[in-house]
Amino acid sequence: MFFKFLFRRLFYVIPMLLITTLVVFSLILLIPGDPALALLGDNATEEKLTLLRAQLGLDQPIMLQYWSWLTHAVQGDLGRSLFTGEFVSEAVFSRLGVTFQVVATAMVISFILGLLFAITSVIKPNSWIDYLARFFGVLGTAIPNFWLAMILVVIFSVNLGWLPATGFTSITEHPVGFFKSVLLPAFCLGSFGAAQITRQLRSSLLEVLESDYIRTAYSKGLLLWPVIWRHGLRNALLPVVTTAGLLFGNMLGATVVIESVFAIPGMGQLAVHSILQRDFPMLQGVVLIMVLMILIINFITDVIYGMLDPRIEFE
Amino acid sequence: MKNREKLLEVKHLQACFPTQRGEVKAINDVSFSIDKGEIVALVGESGSGKSVTALSVIGLNTPSIKYEKNSDISFKGKNLISMKKKQMKKIRGNEISMIFQDPLSSLNPLHPIGRQIAEPIQLHQGLSYIKSREKVIDLLKKVGIPEPEKRLKDYPHQLSGGMRQRIMIAMALACNPSLLIADEPTTALDVTIQAQILNVMRELQKDTGISILLITHDLGVVAEMADRVLVMYGGEIVEEGDVFSIFQNPKHPYTEGLLSSVPKLRGASENRLRTIPGTVPNPLELPKGCNFQTRCSYATEQCSDLSPQLVSNEMNGKVACWHPLEKVNKKVTNFV
Repeated sequence: MFFKFLFRRLFYVIPMLLITTLVVFSLILLIPGDPALALLGDNATEEKLTLLRAQLGLDQPIMLQYWSWLTHAVQGDLGRSLFTGEFVSEAVFSRLGVTFQVVATAMVISFILGLLFAITSVIKPNSWIDYLARFFGVLGTAIPNFWLAMILVVIFSVNLGWLPATGFTSITEHPVGFFKSVLLPAFCLGSFGAAQITRQLRSSLLEVLESDYIRTAYSKGLLLWPVIWRHGLRNALLPVVTTAGLLFGNMLGATVVIESVFAIPGMGQLAVHSILQRDFPMLQGVVLIMVLMILIINFITDVIYGMLDPRIEFE
Repeated sequence: MKNREKLLEVKHLQACFPTQRGEVKAINDVSFSIDKGEIVALVGESGSGKSVTALSVIGLNTPSIKYEKNSDISFKGKNLISMKKKQMKKIRGNEISMIFQDPLSSLNPLHPIGRQIAEPIQLHQGLSYIKSREKVIDLLKKVGIPEPEKRLKDYPHQLSGGMRQRIMIAMALACNPSLLIADEPTTALDVTIQAQILNVMRELQKDTGISILLITHDLGVVAEMADRVLVMYGGEIVEEGDVFSIFQNPKHPYTEGLLSSVPKLRGASENRLRTIPGTVPNPLELPKGCNFQTRCSYATEQCSDLSPQLVSNEMNGKVACWHPLEKVNKKVTNFV
């Protein structure tokens, strides 16, 4: 049953990838600027430019360019960077781990803060902690993460000197260094997520606690905490799982800004550089991998949903 | 005959809910008692205060409820109203338990039924799930679930409505309570299933000697199950009596109205179904005098001046009415 479900979901992924890559490919060509011009400089002659365009295949119609990219991509060849000559696949995969570590930490922070705020605010409705949680819910949604990033850098890096302002250490190299370097960027990414989870979980918990089976739980002699823990939370988390899946995509997009602010060598930074340099193959590679990650996360979300809710069957 | 030992005694229970438009008096000076092994039906329309009364006994009303000072609910000699949460927790699900109207929404959709039934056993008897498993299987057998071992891991949505209510009953009886509150236990079920569930409840009552407080608006269920009947209207008990006298010789015009609005197959088929005119009075604006006066065909001036007290009558029952009915109503007796 489960494998059938898995197989069918994988089947959906293929047209999804085709469409998204085609759209991205077309959009990239809409970006003003010419990679040939960027490569050769302003003083290049028209002849040289034409020659280079022909070499890079840029003079061909879009559909043909896309087709040639696609046929190579299915064989695992995402092309080479127009500038450094690096293999796109190598460049992307070396940065994937970095971004994944940052986003995963941000996700953990979102969940910890979200659960903490939502549960305390539900236990004592209309108390100061409830108001604080709701205020945080609005604040976390409203504050732009790059602005938060700069403020936090000023406080914790410049003034207090506790945490580094830039750079990244992988968890495999140096766990403590990883923790220090990831804390600020992950918090900036995660504050939005924490706010979303707080808001969502708070309202769904309040709704669940009104339901009949919660009354049944009380009638068995359970008190508030065990009722929330055993009967409330799991039910209330169902809609949050969907939110979390969306958040992941959201955070992946936000790394473009956050990795630039903190100079983290991840996918987001690579995307920004590729756009600025009109490094189309590289950008296409980055986008492809990001889309793939989001599709995988959607799949994982569905599986978690099915595990949490026995009413859903993997068909 | 039954030993008339009092299990539950409710005295002068009076409660209100604060709302934005003022305090709503939900129940007004309600007194009754339940003996050991007795099945008492609490009858009334929606909004008559029957559910609030029942939920007061098990302490499950919304926390905003306010009880009057001299309200007293005494269960085995202990006052439940002034009881602290931690003590009340030991009574709920252990000595007093409850089943609800809609078994689907009353069971947690995400937990297998075996675990849900085992929960009160684990909680009150400190057993692990593995150890309580035998008891759960035994309970499932008692409520008539075939192949109970195989059902333990089923989820509520995989069972039929009747099965779910059997699960609720098994869960409520898990710790051998002495009082079961059944809040419209058959209302959400098919008619054929209703009879089965009532049978299960009656059988279990005979076996265990449990007392049952049965809340219902279905007089068929009352006739089938109850030893004694309490009729509630506008937050007050208006009539009390054993089931035969209530059905054969109702004293209160409201009780008479309730009985005559039950559809009958035999006789009088040319007549339209009788109803009680009007609606339940708004609890925010209860009339002076008797609550039922606006809908009562026997009402006089006296009824709008003073509210009648619940007084004993010659039939070993009680009625709160200035003009209690005398004669036996033929139409009504057809029903029983």
